[in-house]
Amino acid sequence: MSNPATNPATNPASNAAETPRSLVVERVFPHPPEKLWRALTESPLLAQWMMNNDFQPVVGRKFQFRADPQPNWNGIVDCEVLVVDPLRRLSYNWGVGGGDAAGGLHWVVLWTLTPSEGGTHVRMEQSGFRPDQQAAYQGAKYGWQKFIGNLERVVGGLA
Amino acid sequence: MLRRKAGDRNFGIHENYFMIFLTNHNHLAMVLTVTPSNASYGTNPRTNPGTSQGANHVFRALADPTRRAIFEELTRQGEQTVHALTSYAGVSQPAVSKHLTVLKRAKLVRHRRDGRETHYRAQPDALAPMVNWLDQYGAFWRDRFDRLEELLERMEP
Repeated sequence: MSNPATNPATNPASNAAETPRSLVVERVFPHPPEKLWRALTESPLLAQWMMNNDFQPVVGRKFQFRADPQPNWNGIVDCEVLVVDPLRRLSYNWGVGGGDAAGGLHWVVLWTLTPSEGGTHVRMEQSGFRPDQQAAYQGAKYGWQKFIGNLERVVGGLA
Repeated sequence: MLRRKAGDRNFGIHENYFMIFLTNHNHLAMVLTVTPSNASYGTNPRTNPGTSQGANHVFRALADPTRRAIFEELTRQGEQTVHALTSYAGVSQPAVSKHLTVLKRAKLVRHRRDGRETHYRAQPDALAPMVNWLDQYGAFWRDRFDRLEELLERMEP
């Protein structure tokens, strides 16, 4: 794959105005989408590379990822399945630090699988920052996306 | 420090790992790219999907769209009076003052009094924990991708 900064097929900047993004990690694995889908959606397999979990690929299913508690993190991620589009897309909420009342922080994680030459292109996108920013995310208010987009200028003076 | 080069893996697996932050004007504002060979990220034992205290503090202060707008206006225009910020934000002056107090507590703004006016100034250095947090979260996902890759090798075809 070519450099993401120059390849329009994988460069989120190419349609930034429509779908601003926050954090993207992607990789091409030399395995078929069917295998990737199993690793992403079968709880025991998911546990082997993500964290222990009670995930089920059912929209609306609430589940948790659990790891050993660490500094600044109790080891729990509260999730709810949002999208199950077999072999193509999987999405869930991702909340750490408890609910809104406890001041927790929330994101949406979206997995996208695309068949590619000799394997599967896997794209993980983590977006949104709290439910109350979903409206902002759509551009109705002053969104995190725009704010973070301007971070470089803002933090330009940082070492 | 915010720019690093992308790289290919050695064993036929290609990876792009980058954080990309875009403005609403369809141009790339900031890209953080970490090479797979940067071992200090993939093996960092502190990498976790939690949130550092500092970042949490800043995220919460900036959780409100009006506060984000006020903060960014200060970074754009430099020092502003509460009066000027009130007309910019389009909310009441007591509301603006309240927002400024929250930003002040997070050390995102500083103020000085000049006669009857209070002037506010942005302190962008206070955003550093947030930038670090984004960097760390990227490292978390990269680490999970590595583990996924190992699992796929072990799985039946």
